Amino acid sequence: MDMNEIKEIFFQECEEQLAELESGLLKMNDGDRDPETVNAVFRAVHSIKGGAGAFGLDDLVAFAHVFETTLDCVRSNKLEPTQDVLKVMLKSADVLADLTNAARDGGSVDESRSRGLVKELEALANGELPSPSAEPPAPKAAAKAAPAAPAPAAKPTDDSGFQPIPFSFDDFGDEDGAETGLPAYEITFKPRHELYSKGNDATLLLRDLSRLGEMTIYCNMDELPGLEELDPEAAYFFWNITIKTDKGEDAIRTVFEFAEWDCDLTVKPVEEASAGVTGNEELPMVPVPFDLSILDETDAAEAVSAARSEDTAAAVAAAETASNVTQMAAAAARVEKKESAAAAAAAANAAAQNNAAGAGQTIRVDLDRVDRLINLVGELVINQAMLSQSVIENDTTGTSSINMGLEELQQLTREIQDSVMAIRAQPVKPVFQRMSRIVREIADMTGKSIRLITEGENTEVDKTVIDKLAEPLTHMIRNAVDHGIETPEKRAAAGKNTEGTVRLTAKHRSGRILIELADDGAGINREKVRQKAIDNDLIPADANLSDEEIDNLIFLPGFSTADKISDISGRGVGMDVVKRSIQALGGRINITSKPGHGSVFTMSLPLTLAVLDGMVVTVAGQTLVVPLTAIVETLQPEAAAIHSFGANHRLISIRNSFCPLVDVGRILNFRATQANPVEGVALLVESEGGGQRALMVDAIQGQRQVVIKSLEANYTHVPGIAAATILGDGRVALILDVDAVVGASRGHSLKAEMSLAAVG
Amino acid sequence: MKKKVLTVDDSRTIRNMLLVTLNNAGFDTIQAEDGVEGLEVLEESNPDVIVTDINMPRLDGFGFIEGVRRNEKYRAIPILVLTTESDAEKKNRARQAGATGWIVKPFDPAKLIDAIERVTA
Repeated sequence: MDMNEIKEIFFQECEEQLAELESGLLKMNDGDRDPETVNAVFRAVHSIKGGAGAFGLDDLVAFAHVFETTLDCVRSNKLEPTQDVLKVMLKSADVLADLTNAARDGGSVDESRSRGLVKELEALANGELPSPSAEPPAPKAAAKAAPAAPAPAAKPTDDSGFQPIPFSFDDFGDEDGAETGLPAYEITFKPRHELYSKGNDATLLLRDLSRLGEMTIYCNMDELPGLEELDPEAAYFFWNITIKTDKGEDAIRTVFEFAEWDCDLTVKPVEEASAGVTGNEELPMVPVPFDLSILDETDAAEAVSAARSEDTAAAVAAAETASNVTQMAAAAARVEKKESAAAAAAAANAAAQNNAAGAGQTIRVDLDRVDRLINLVGELVINQAMLSQSVIENDTTGTSSINMGLEELQQLTREIQDSVMAIRAQPVKPVFQRMSRIVREIADMTGKSIRLITEGENTEVDKTVIDKLAEPLTHMIRNAVDHGIETPEKRAAAGKNTEGTVRLTAKHRSGRILIELADDGAGINREKVRQKAIDNDLIPADANLSDEEIDNLIFLPGFSTADKISDISGRGVGMDVVKRSIQALGGRINITSKPGHGSVFTMSLPLTLAVLDGMVVTVAGQTLVVPLTAIVETLQPEAAAIHSFGANHRLISIRNSFCPLVDVGRILNFRATQANPVEGVALLVESEGGGQRALMVDAIQGQRQVVIKSLEANYTHVPGIAAATILGDGRVALILDVDAVVGASRGHSLKAEMSLAAVG
Repeated sequence: MKKKVLTVDDSRTIRNMLLVTLNNAGFDTIQAEDGVEGLEVLEESNPDVIVTDINMPRLDGFGFIEGVRRNEKYRAIPILVLTTESDAEKKNRARQAGATGWIVKPFDPAKLIDAIERVTA
């Protein structure tokens, strides 16, 4: 793995963290005060900062840092997360996302935006907080508060004072530091027993120190009591060290960096100290030269480490005071809410395991591999169908074990297929979350106050569908906020809440996913829409259209309701493009509007673009597949039920109502004249608009799961045909586009783009 | 014998960087994603040194360090805290929990290896 790959992972992770951040902030906006929510939000920003720091992404780090500081204030209850505060934070989350994208794809973020937010964030953090710099830096304070009391070297032994000679005597090979010109330092190092309980080791520190230069060490055992008084967990030894090094005092202090708080340490340049350790004979102690070479001998090292753990064992045991136990219990309780402190410690491990299992273990898989698997399963389905067919053709007994095995195989294939599809299924949540940002942005730009409510975010759909959903949805949300919802003044005048509501809903309905976007705005101005369509020659001036048909005019190419093309909606994308991208997904879009009360866009999309359950039918000698989800029922028409209507139209009466009869073979130009309905089968289908049609086919072959192969990708778009598939016998069959056929039956040509096809 | 390092960090990015850095420096590396997993993994891996983050879901660095120190077997194992936090109060808390040392991110591979060398025999 190289840096670029890690960077790639970092940006993937950023995306997840940003989603987490936004959803957390939105939850807080809805009044969620769960500390875990706040923590998760904090961690998201913190993680981004950490990774960004590692890659030297300074802009990102700088902004994340300010953001994090303010979030920390919320986390520590110094700042109340009011709606105003959260507004700033949500905007900051947007900027953080932009900065992340800029870091990944190049480009930059409008500095005035981030600078303004930095100021706001800082104001929030400072407004209710004492300045952080007021806190004393604890490590230094601790070091100063505990001066090295017993420092034996402090006693002067040479009254004359020693001045280092500022030139080199290298030629003499003299080892005296002062004479070689290297600065010398005197160090006293007196560990307290806590040092050992934190996994530090005096011998290791001394070893490290010895690497800086030539060193003389004396171990002072002066404080070692008699055996009877010996406390095995106390620290009695301390060390006097002289070192000659050109690395400087900072390097020496760095060695003791981790030990600083748990020892008494003095470091003095020799010229300041009035004595060297060599004069220690006069001190009332027994200096023992310390042999660092033991560290090079494994046995000795092990002995030391064994001694250390023995030493510290007791020390740590002692350190486990009541307060410590409480702290640990609290930590455990966070893992799983258990009241009993005693049980908590024991439960912590078990809870950990439970949580690990409950969180759902995941792996990341390359999408290509999943695609390959899906393709293979598709082939398996086709193969299984082929096998079934040849068994049926050859099997005369009808109850052979082959049949049973085949049935089982069919079931297994089905299960494998469902499982493989489930791999690709993902909740629509990320797309929905992105929409809340769009709403914020447009609301800001238009000076409107909008609330986005999302429902059914966990509804799962194939990843390919999700990916293609974002763009049309973004456009529709923009429209809803920009055109749909009125200004606060207008809303107030109309007696509505000044805050507009946009509701985004996802749900499953009969094997499809239904996405609804509803706003409580003014609804479609039908008169204006109609006039506009006439002006643009989209409809004749005398056209007699229902309300619903007028509403659906906005899907016509080149149609825009905005009087003036605004920055927000007028990006050269009309609703016709939205409609086309939805249709390209095998979906349908429809609008209903109520003047004064708002509009509802409904999108119905397939759950997957890979397979569908279909009814295999014969039409004029051709085999076609009709998606099962479209079929309400099938019936054998009787002569008495068929009624002629005009020259070319026929109706079928079903349970006292009339339904137009559509000859599929005729509409697809498979034959020149209409077939006799009594000789065929009628499939009662429902189009997205709700209207029913009876599709006439010659015969039904059966129901089958088919693998969808794109016709566009392999051939070209064929009006009335949604896609193709391969049947069990290896033949290609076309999959009927029911809505297109229903639309065509209304007199719209299949050859042109069927702009009004979705009109109910 | 190679020294074994256990790293505990919830960020995939940092975990990967640690893995590469430590493996390049000749360490064996075991990884965990949070304090809870860290304590679990600890049992099986018996590392020579631990490098842990502070801000983590489920069980944070403080809780993790306390958990390690509470176990007789791991009272003396060096624990380095690797975090973006540099504030003294948090440092102090980590120390009280039993951390051996504190390294502030951004991630400097040389410094990290240096610190690990410094606390392991």
